[in-house]
Amino acid sequence: MLTKKVKNRIFFLIFVLLVSIATIFFIIKSLNKNILYFSSPTEIKQREDIPFGKAMRVGGMVKKDSITINQKDIQFIVTDFKNEILISYSGTVPNLFAEEKGVVAEGKLKDKNFFIADRILAKHDENYMPPEIKEIIKKNAK
Amino acid sequence: MLSNIGTSLVVLVLILSFLIIYTATLDLNTTSQLVKKSIYKLSLFQTTFTILIFLSLIIGFINSDFSLINVYENSHTTKPFFYKVAGTWGNHEGSLLLWINILVIFSYLFLLFNSTHDKKYRLYTLIVQNILILGFLFFLLLNSNPFNSIYPIPIEGLGLNPILQDPALAIHPPLLYVGFVGCSIYFSAAISSLLSGYGGKLFARSIKTWVKVSWCFQTLGIIVGSVWAYYELGWGGFWFWDPVENASLLPWFAITALMHSLIVLEKRNTLYSWVIILCLTTFILSVTGTFLVRSGILNSVHTFASDPSRGIYILSFLSLMIFSALIIFFIKYKKETYNFNLKSREIFILANNWFMVFFLVTVLIGMLYPIFLDVLTNVKISVGPPFFNIIIIPLVVPFMFLMAIGPKIGWIKSQNKIFYKVSFLILIAILINLFIFYFFGKYSFLTNLIFIAAIFLILHSFLDIKKIITNKNKIELPRIISHLSFGLLVLFIGINHQFSIEEDFNLKVGEIKKTNNYEINFENIKIKESKNYKAVIGNFKLTNLKNNLVQYLEPEIRIYANPETLTYEAAIKTKISSDLYLTMSNVSRSDYYNIKFQNKPFMIWIWISALMIALGGFMQLILKKNED
Repeated sequence: MLTKKVKNRIFFLIFVLLVSIATIFFIIKSLNKNILYFSSPTEIKQREDIPFGKAMRVGGMVKKDSITINQKDIQFIVTDFKNEILISYSGTVPNLFAEEKGVVAEGKLKDKNFFIADRILAKHDENYMPPEIKEIIKKNAK
Repeated sequence: MLSNIGTSLVVLVLILSFLIIYTATLDLNTTSQLVKKSIYKLSLFQTTFTILIFLSLIIGFINSDFSLINVYENSHTTKPFFYKVAGTWGNHEGSLLLWINILVIFSYLFLLFNSTHDKKYRLYTLIVQNILILGFLFFLLLNSNPFNSIYPIPIEGLGLNPILQDPALAIHPPLLYVGFVGCSIYFSAAISSLLSGYGGKLFARSIKTWVKVSWCFQTLGIIVGSVWAYYELGWGGFWFWDPVENASLLPWFAITALMHSLIVLEKRNTLYSWVIILCLTTFILSVTGTFLVRSGILNSVHTFASDPSRGIYILSFLSLMIFSALIIFFIKYKKETYNFNLKSREIFILANNWFMVFFLVTVLIGMLYPIFLDVLTNVKISVGPPFFNIIIIPLVVPFMFLMAIGPKIGWIKSQNKIFYKVSFLILIAILINLFIFYFFGKYSFLTNLIFIAAIFLILHSFLDIKKIITNKNKIELPRIISHLSFGLLVLFIGINHQFSIEEDFNLKVGEIKKTNNYEINFENIKIKESKNYKAVIGNFKLTNLKNNLVQYLEPEIRIYANPETLTYEAAIKTKISSDLYLTMSNVSRSDYYNIKFQNKPFMIWIWISALMIALGGFMQLILKKNED
């Protein structure tokens, strides 16, 4: 027979174990809920299961002469030199946002050709290009 | 010229470090109870020369000595004097030199101020610390020498990234470095304690001050970085859960846990192994953060032109450090028996540690998961701020309750009857929360809980302060100030988050925009020439429609020449009750200017309460001094 003390200890251990499992499960579950996938315009075109209405990131180069501005928002085309997508955004842009420069937009897809951004990611260095975009350009240059 | 002086000095310090390790090892086996005089002298030389290296680099920057690649790449003759100096540590090589300076200075100070402690323990600490110094010196010489020369000598430098030309960013790196690199000394002390068997209370007493010093500086450094992000990045937020911010937060969680469990070790002589683990973790996390940021794995403003060989060096050094620390720990590990009563201060401090470890693990997972996924499956993701908010914020509620009650519980087994006081205070907190809820606006259930917990912590702290005034016993005051300020910080962040107003729109010069509470009149723009930039300044007239108060805001677009960059400077009107925040940007010289207008309540109070948390730490250092 187990003594009372040992029994208590076993219960305590099981309790700690259960709590840790529950916490880790909880963490991973909300992690999966809050992941932002990064896609290029080509991936958006090609993928069947692309989620609409879920936050995600799109990146590429801002197409030349594609920026239009009206009272409400800024619209511009992001291209990966194969496919393009129209992005609409309202607010101030980061200081390095310009035509023919890399950009990452965070927001939601309206349809496969239209993306509503609520954040344009700030980049801090004029020579810097997000690695995701560098990769896309390298791929498409071939 | 300067290049040769600098490099020779680095080699000299390298030799001195070897000498220190050698003499200290010899001195370990002598019977004398005192550390040899020559070791003090060597350490003093080492410190002096290391500071000289740094000064010579600063001189290089002040004189715009472009024969140094480092100065050429990061400075410019037209840069204001202040930023020439600050530019010294605004780049990878220079900041590594600052890093080494702090390692060396802390090593010497630790030797100097711990003369009452065991000789072997002090010598081992010195040896381990000097091994760390050697590691970073070699890194500096082989891979990141700030004194590398360039020929032919360029006439003009490339300049410093304009967004780094900012007072907050000039002091941010030194503060953080004292905080992060300061951890090295108790990393060394922890290993030394394992090797020499000098543990327990006395060990706790010897590292206590150093833990507090680095905690204070880390806290300040993080706050300054956050303030900078608020007014420079033009986004209006102050915490982005950006990977780099997370990297700075990890050691902070570890060190906060350490600071608390150290009290248990000192007072009750238990938890020794746990304290050692935290000492080791804190510095390892500091180096890990540096590795992730510098190697370019995490992209941010802190990534100086990245270079893979750098990452490989730090990574190998880091693995070596972790590996040897673990081996020493397991060889020397002694089993401890823990005997805690559920209602004792020990348990409450342990609870603090559990929370800290939980926060740490959450942030670590959120930070590393995208990296792992990228390496394993090549899927690119990032973890959004909601993840951190969902996991961390609910736990802040019980955390704050424990923070208020914990320090009131006695050691070993408490007899305090606190039930009535606590329930009374909770009741008042609920009433105050209801008042805010009813008169100022509705918010979610979770926000209710957070407000109640924060108000409870604040009230509880005020009662504690009242007691101190009647007892005239100041010893608890710094702790109460830090805890009180944490409560205030959470409350103000909550209110700020809940009642902020944000409007985005585009305007042409001369147009007027009406929002719910404000009328924004874009009157005109003017051009101003400055020493190293040209500014386009917008004149905005803001009329508060409720009380007809008129205010003028002048956001700027700055065009820097060297390197050619645009920056957008926010116009911020700070008042006691709220901040008005307005930024404007312009794309492709369009007639329309993009405007972001924000009204952020209690912004200044967020900074004040965050600073007060650090202030509590500094007060503790001063008060403790007076007592000894």
